[in-house]
Amino acid sequence: MSGWRDVDPAEITPEHVYRNRRAFMRGIGALAVGAGGAALSACGPMPGDGTGEMSPVWPAAEGDVPQETPNTLEQITTYNNYYEFSTDKEAPARLARGFKTEPWTVTVGGMVSKPATFAMEELLQRFPQEERTYRLRCVEGWSMVIPWLGFPLRQLLEQVEPTSQAKFVRFEAVKRPEEMPGQKSPFYAWPYVEGLRLDEAMNDLALLVTGLYGKPLPAQNGAPLRLALPWKYGFKSIKGIVKIDLVDKQPTSLWMAAAPNEYGFYANVNPDVPHPRWSQSTERRIGEVRRRRTLPFNGYAQQVADLYKGLDLRQNY
Amino acid sequence: MPVQRLATAPQPVPLGRETLPARRGQWARALTHLASLVPLALLIWDGAQGQLTVNPIQEITQRTGKTALALLVLSLACTPANRVLGLRVALLLRRPLGLYAFLYASLHLLTFFVLDYGLDVELIWGAVAEKRYVLAGLGAFVLLVPLALTSTRGWMRRLGRRWKPLHRLVYLAASLAVLHYVWLVKADIREPLLYGAAVAVLLGLRLPPVRRALASLRLALSAS
Repeated sequence: MSGWRDVDPAEITPEHVYRNRRAFMRGIGALAVGAGGAALSACGPMPGDGTGEMSPVWPAAEGDVPQETPNTLEQITTYNNYYEFSTDKEAPARLARGFKTEPWTVTVGGMVSKPATFAMEELLQRFPQEERTYRLRCVEGWSMVIPWLGFPLRQLLEQVEPTSQAKFVRFEAVKRPEEMPGQKSPFYAWPYVEGLRLDEAMNDLALLVTGLYGKPLPAQNGAPLRLALPWKYGFKSIKGIVKIDLVDKQPTSLWMAAAPNEYGFYANVNPDVPHPRWSQSTERRIGEVRRRRTLPFNGYAQQVADLYKGLDLRQNY
Repeated sequence: MPVQRLATAPQPVPLGRETLPARRGQWARALTHLASLVPLALLIWDGAQGQLTVNPIQEITQRTGKTALALLVLSLACTPANRVLGLRVALLLRRPLGLYAFLYASLHLLTFFVLDYGLDVELIWGAVAEKRYVLAGLGAFVLLVPLALTSTRGWMRRLGRRWKPLHRLVYLAASLAVLHYVWLVKADIREPLLYGAAVAVLLGLRLPPVRRALASLRLALSAS
């Protein structure tokens, strides 16, 4: 893909991540062996989980730059919820190996003045790629810090000019059961569908992701195009996007259809709305032993809380 | 004790060695111990190799839980295996299988309380009170505790006739364990339902009418 030549990975990829992979694996080993004896709970972050080096989390406000240690490439690319491939988190890395991401087009239409179909190369050329380190909070109670590469969703939407009737954005993912064995599961209504209110989609945090650690997105992470919505549970950040439609009615996502009492349209990270299975008041950062308190909107309240003024977030989970 | 009673209501006391070819029983027991320890050995091995995913606590939780349930189902299969298939050797395996199920269930619970929640009472209370799957799992474990404690020959003697009704609690424990599993998966409940079906069949085989029907069937088969 020609667009990638512009990015020099050496500039962005923290080299220690690669150098420390060995040390990281030993760290995990030590943790697991420790499971035999139970002296573990007192440990803090594991040894070798990165080098403890911090990076600023986007957005970087003047004088107050939140710092986080990004997860390693290993962690981000071997632990994936990508049910199109498998419900087993380690399987997508293996099963997605042969997944074809070229050629790839994204059709943007619905209530817009200028509907268009973009080739991936075109998106990469037209929209400058920026690195943004975001927290990701999975509804299952684990979290990561990920240095994404991408461009604001807003820029793409402005390109096609939504009409005044457009109130929501509907995203549809690729459906290729012959390449994606998980799509043979009868328990889900494939393809994966997600949705946002238009004003949520226009928020600066909503990122269309094309890369990770300064490199093209690995297939198991949703290549070649996915969303990153850091204030919402991870499942809202749809992977393998092929279609984006501006619509006037609230789209029904795959998860809303599968379990309406568990997954709502908004799915904002909210420690006060419990889930029948997983703790939403705390989370485990991958690579750490002790749980952390989960923050409202995953710590992005300053950027997004205004979107939900007057909305009962307990009802609209 | 009348001999016929053995066919319809086997006594809780494990069969004496003399009633079985001693060697066969010993081999079966040794194999059971070995096989039951394999998942634990694999867990430790994979842990040492760093092969427990990047979320090892969750992996340990899931593996110990699944092993506990599988062993519990196997322990429930022993009595019907003897009664329906005539595999008397299975009765020798019931206690070790049950105890290994309890071992893995204990590891499962310890992982949850100690590794996952760091013994944080407030957090654990929040998790237990709020989640029905935790309550079901906890219930199953609590029921298994007295069974493990009274599994020895000494306790069998001491409890006498009351031993058997007490150990029927395992039916409830297994059912709760299946419910625990059903409630904690997202949408694809095939695997929990497989365990559920196994438990349902094994409990169904214990119903008096089913037992009578099977007994007469066996009789007819052996006569022909």
